[in-house]
Amino acid sequence: MLDNLKDFASWFFVTGDPLIYGADVSIVMTVIAILFVLTFFKKWGWLWREWLTTVDHKRVGIMYIISALLMLFRGGFDALMLRTQLAYPDMKFLSPEHYNQVFTTHGTIMILFMAMPLMFGLFNIAVPLQLGARDVAFPFLNALSFWLFFFGAMLFNMSFVIGGSADAGWLSYPPLSEMTGSPGVGEDFYIWGVQISGIGSLMTGINFIATIVKMRAPGMTWSKMPMFTWSVLASCIAIIIAFPVLTVTLALLFVDRYLGAHFFTMDGGGNSMMYVNLIWMWGHPEVYIVVLPAFGIYSEVVATFSKKRLFGYASMVFAMMAISVVSYYTWLHHFFTMGSGADVNTFFAISTMIIAIPTGVKIFNWLFTMYRGRISFPTPMMWTIAFIPCFVLGGMTGVMLSVAPADFQFHNNYFLIAHFHQVLIGGVAFGYFAGLFYWWPKMFGFKLNETIGKWAFWIWNIGFYVCFMPQYVVGLDGMTRRISTYGWDTGWWGLNFTSTIGGFLMGLGFLFTVWQIAHSIRFMEKDTTGDPWGGRTLEWSIPSPAPIYNFAITPVVTERDEWWEEKQRNAAGKASKKQQPLSPIHMPKNSALPFIQAVCWFTAGFGLVFHWLWLAIPGLLGVAATLLAHSFNYDTDYYIPVDEIQRTEAEARRTV
Amino acid sequence: MTFVSVIRRIAACLALSGLALGSSGCQSMIVFDPKGPVGAQERDLIYFTIGLCLIVIVPVLLLTVWILWRYREKRSGSVPYQPEWSHNTKLEVIWWGVPIVIILILAIVTGRYTHALDPAKPLKSDVKPVTIQVTSLNWKWLFQYPEQGIATVNYVVIPEKTPIRFELTSDGPMNGFWVPQLGGMIYTMSGMATTLYLQADEPGSYLGTGGNFTGREFAKMAFPAEAVKKADFDQWVSEAKSSGNVLTEDNYQLLAQPGVADKLTFASIPQGLFHKIVHEYSMSRGAPAGIDQKAITLSGELAKEHTEGGQLAPDSEPSVHAGQAGRSGRHGHLIDGSGTTQDQRK
Repeated sequence: MLDNLKDFASWFFVTGDPLIYGADVSIVMTVIAILFVLTFFKKWGWLWREWLTTVDHKRVGIMYIISALLMLFRGGFDALMLRTQLAYPDMKFLSPEHYNQVFTTHGTIMILFMAMPLMFGLFNIAVPLQLGARDVAFPFLNALSFWLFFFGAMLFNMSFVIGGSADAGWLSYPPLSEMTGSPGVGEDFYIWGVQISGIGSLMTGINFIATIVKMRAPGMTWSKMPMFTWSVLASCIAIIIAFPVLTVTLALLFVDRYLGAHFFTMDGGGNSMMYVNLIWMWGHPEVYIVVLPAFGIYSEVVATFSKKRLFGYASMVFAMMAISVVSYYTWLHHFFTMGSGADVNTFFAISTMIIAIPTGVKIFNWLFTMYRGRISFPTPMMWTIAFIPCFVLGGMTGVMLSVAPADFQFHNNYFLIAHFHQVLIGGVAFGYFAGLFYWWPKMFGFKLNETIGKWAFWIWNIGFYVCFMPQYVVGLDGMTRRISTYGWDTGWWGLNFTSTIGGFLMGLGFLFTVWQIAHSIRFMEKDTTGDPWGGRTLEWSIPSPAPIYNFAITPVVTERDEWWEEKQRNAAGKASKKQQPLSPIHMPKNSALPFIQAVCWFTAGFGLVFHWLWLAIPGLLGVAATLLAHSFNYDTDYYIPVDEIQRTEAEARRTV
Repeated sequence: MTFVSVIRRIAACLALSGLALGSSGCQSMIVFDPKGPVGAQERDLIYFTIGLCLIVIVPVLLLTVWILWRYREKRSGSVPYQPEWSHNTKLEVIWWGVPIVIILILAIVTGRYTHALDPAKPLKSDVKPVTIQVTSLNWKWLFQYPEQGIATVNYVVIPEKTPIRFELTSDGPMNGFWVPQLGGMIYTMSGMATTLYLQADEPGSYLGTGGNFTGREFAKMAFPAEAVKKADFDQWVSEAKSSGNVLTEDNYQLLAQPGVADKLTFASIPQGLFHKIVHEYSMSRGAPAGIDQKAITLSGELAKEHTEGGQLAPDSEPSVHAGQAGRSGRHGHLIDGSGTTQDQRK
């Protein structure tokens, strides 16, 4: 009996590596510490009522952002392990298996469990407030989306200590990811972690399209909508078309692995090239899904800190919509080297180049927003300005990669790695940082320390260039991606070592950001105005943090930058619109079902990973039960009475 | 502000050292030091692309610096401030127009080069091409010389100034065949043969490498591509032929087992081995007439017993028994591959 148990444990848990044991201990200690703190301070009820069951978009947004920052820590730690392994030739820091797991995890986490939730967090924080809405269109669905992401991410992360991580790359190309190449449970953790959180992403896309289409404040026509909200719309359109492709692709891979089908196997009529096509039909729109909202953030930030209207509004909207559509026709540029023939390669090369046109136009529009403005340089603006040269350079290498015959020389080497890190860090991450620091006062009601923030900014940026510029060079010197080690005779040492230094500088930048947040919490500088930056859009017209109902009175929009114009009207002494009387506000009720349903999904996913039907079937039944329970639940809303609104508004030092 | 000046100084130092590093690196970047016509054309195309991009990028970067400097809030002296100015048709036409023109030029050039540099297109030469059949295995390269009747593992020797017709396939996960100084990468894929023409213009040992991740020992898939004078090549062939090391079908099955290998030379190869490798996986996607037996599959529970790669313990030797069992499907339908090569290109 004991021996059986021991056998099971040694198979079930990942063993044999001191790093893993260290991680095991730290995970157990952290869990114990959290349980202790919650119990000691009697916070269980608070946690359940205020957070786990909330459907409030602002809280859901905060939970997304906290999860994303934790994932950034893990993905970043993975990156530093990779860079350490590559710092010297013939390093023995990570074994090849471990290295393969770490780069797979790094990629998957950074795109799917860091960039996506950080983006959804910012959607949640800003979109309803910019629209003058009380919540998103489907608050219950929104909470469900979050919990599906959260438990999907947990399932994926768990493979680190239980069962073993996926090690076939972040896109799991078969046949390597099939049973023949990866017989362990790692790939199944990948499939189900991504699958469960992917359902959440799809629902978020639907939710925000509905919100933007249906819940704009009176008077906010399409041409008066803030640019960030436009970018969210463009991104969500891409989500609802691209994510089903991911779901189907992973489902087919699962059927291959679980039932022995032959969609993507080498033998039995399978075609693994079909998987490569399918996964990039999602994967390429995916990079535009994450970068479009960053473009929206830059647009807001540039206008605010130049104290000037955004230049070329119509152009900007058209450019984003064009990117959103054209991004579906470029997927093959990820594998020009498959040898599809010159005609096919030419088509996809040109469609890829075309995307550079609207993207370039946006850069000009941002520059001319600053032209004849009054530019100030707080941290959100610093990140935006750093973005421009970084993204321009990344865009240039992108155009170079799109030239199909030249791509034969760039493909799958460190030139490619440097390129996509430059656009994903310089474009996406910088944008999300700008957005995070920009909306931080609106989320939490206090500002972040600017001095530490600028230190963090410079360390991040210098680290970035030191890390990735050498990678362009080493790529053109023949170093291909995903090799776990290289020899002294290659001559790649100096560049790799420099790159590692840059990686660690970026890690230091992350620590500075953590210090910035901790310091700002400790010496809290409250934002009493609700409008710390001199904002232009509606979210700055309400107190910070926003009250639960957002707007005591639904705003009526007459101009594009409504709040800025309102301030101008007030300064000019022109009486603003007649104040409407307060009326009770219709709000959604909290619900435990999203959390419970996500736990059921997690259970089902875990069962399917280990082929434990006794666990998977009850999990799926639980999902069905919670769906039914919600369908027959008619007690989903309530009204906030007028006196409570008055009390809340008075507390926020506002008169109504 | 001291803080800013400190940062500026650090940034300047780093920029300088980066430049130094970059320029020293440039000399060693092998993609820019091609030794054959394909690589040279690709290098020229890369230079052209860089030049074209710089037409837009340099002005944009200069404009950025100028605008930031001129319109900063703390600037002394007066510069215009136009908070309402947000549209100018003429300007917008310019910055839609210029990128469109540049991309149009690039698109035309790309289209021409894509056809000119089609990897399957024979190179113009008076010399008869040499065919080398490349198979990527876990985790080694097998090079067969059908005309010479020899084979090598993990190194390839080619005659200089002679077009080489590489036929690429994989008996395992997809990989990429890349010899940067001769020309660009093409994938090796199971169940199909892709063609890649390359040529070396001078003797030398060039870095060759695997371009697509295939599992545990992927890092060991670098190989030297040695270009030698025609006479040296002929001599090397005859030496190889007299080495007495014979590649049989059974040997191949052993070679195809997951694991790393040293450089090997074989004096002879089995008839049609390359075609059999291609056909083993391709037959179910359009098998020639008369072939109706599909490969015995290896999935699900069975696969656990017959691991082919990925998650083997670092030092475990794949057992011969498991390998043979796992590959039993092969012997059922081996066909004479002559005349049935599937060239994926026209």
